[in-house]
Amino acid sequence: MKRPIYLDNHSTTPLDPRVLEAMMPYLTDQFGNAASRSHAFGWESEEAVEKARLQIAQLIGANTKEIVFTSGATESINVSLKGAAEMYAEKGNHIITVTTEHKATIDSAKSLEKHGCEITFLPVDTFAMVDVEAIRAAITPKTILISVMHANNEVGTIQPIAEIGKLAKEKGILFHVDAAQTVGKEVIDVNAMGIDMLSISGHKIYGPKGVGALYVRRSNPRVRLAPIMHGGGHERGMRSGTLNVPGIVGLGMACEIARLDMSKDREYVSGLRDLLHRKICDALDEVHLNGHPEKRLYNNLNLSFAYVEGEALMMGFKDVAVSSGSACTSASLEPSYVLRAMGVGEELAHTSIRFGFGRFNTEEEVDYVAKQVIETVTRLRDMSPLYEMAKEGIDLKTVQWTGH
Amino acid sequence: MAYGPKVIDHFHNPRNVGSFEKGDTKVGTGIVGAPECGDVMKLQLKIKDNVVEDAKFKTFGCGSAIASSSLATEWVKGKTIDEVLQIKNTDIVNELALPPVKIHCSVLAEDAIRAAIADYQKKQVPG
Repeated sequence: MKRPIYLDNHSTTPLDPRVLEAMMPYLTDQFGNAASRSHAFGWESEEAVEKARLQIAQLIGANTKEIVFTSGATESINVSLKGAAEMYAEKGNHIITVTTEHKATIDSAKSLEKHGCEITFLPVDTFAMVDVEAIRAAITPKTILISVMHANNEVGTIQPIAEIGKLAKEKGILFHVDAAQTVGKEVIDVNAMGIDMLSISGHKIYGPKGVGALYVRRSNPRVRLAPIMHGGGHERGMRSGTLNVPGIVGLGMACEIARLDMSKDREYVSGLRDLLHRKICDALDEVHLNGHPEKRLYNNLNLSFAYVEGEALMMGFKDVAVSSGSACTSASLEPSYVLRAMGVGEELAHTSIRFGFGRFNTEEEVDYVAKQVIETVTRLRDMSPLYEMAKEGIDLKTVQWTGH
Repeated sequence: MAYGPKVIDHFHNPRNVGSFEKGDTKVGTGIVGAPECGDVMKLQLKIKDNVVEDAKFKTFGCGSAIASSSLATEWVKGKTIDEVLQIKNTDIVNELALPPVKIHCSVLAEDAIRAAIADYQKKQVPG
């Protein structure tokens, strides 16, 4: 069976063959526990883990001792918020974050709220951008942590991380960044950007699933986090559990490839993204870009196709794997909370499609997808009562809808 | 979400897509739903001597909403007004094998039928 074209790289990415190659020995012969100090099996695994630590540290301008391995960005985010809240409880109980964060952050924060923390969820503008001055205004003497994602996973908007980092330093508040979408894509320097904690995912950067990392600053200030996973005291006590050596080796390799190929990937992938955008806009009217026009992930294209519903669009695209902010595609039957937070009307939120490009996509795929999108949107608009009304000059906002 | 074969068929080969002249006294038009809810159905019935001669639809919505309205146009043709009003959303659910989260699509189709008949009957009142 022919596999669909994969344009959902914000969700996950395929494993880079070079990553798999690096992992293979640790999935077969070199199976030792990295914590075994008494024999060669343990030593070679430990050596592999330390190499991966260096590969990750180099990508973000950190020290190897500042890298903690986890099961993924969700765990890293959970530890950052919950671990900091517990460790710094005497200093304060207030955390500032943003309404468009990933659910790992939103729900960790809400869980802390139930346990006595105060959380400020700051709004964003129509481009999904948070206002640094709004963060400044939200700071209280009780604020211990600011948590902001580097780039949004739905609309790709890149937040002013360095500015927020500067503010956090100025106020002596810890700063956590969810960088699941940007590690390896955007230049990250934890020192220059004033980042104290940074969450990393393996499978978003052509690495394996089930592995991630957390950068935890060791000096100026030395950040301490209470663990949420207790046990053998691995990872300097911050995350117990036998290390996932093949996963860690894969994550390290994925980071090294990303570091070496960063500008090449950017040029190639953004070229494909811009090509699809251009082809679609040349052929169709009333296509709206969601997110920031310039300050956005180079592999993200989030479009609303007015008058046609997102799930129907995806059903119409033959052999194209994308995702939609439409309510119909979510379990909650509500349209994307990110688009709503940006003030995108619900009628447009229902019509959104997220195209997420990766280094393994090709120009031929873009040609095919563009054709599918144009044909499907045209066909569905021909059968859309809204498109018909709009073409008749009826302002849809003045119509009395019945709802249901 | 996986779709049943009948939903897929109606989605890719919708029956009776189009519009009749809204002002025609023989035509009843039902428009239900709302854009912010993610689905709007327009169903039009052309009625002569109490029998639905022809039907057309246009739908903004997911595949199940399109399939439900497409199926409704097939079912109403040739039926009397009384028979048409007997069509229940559960009939549509069963025919298309709609999952629970898509039942509202069938409700919308039933509402559209009723709204179209009501519009037609309003037009028949002289004055």
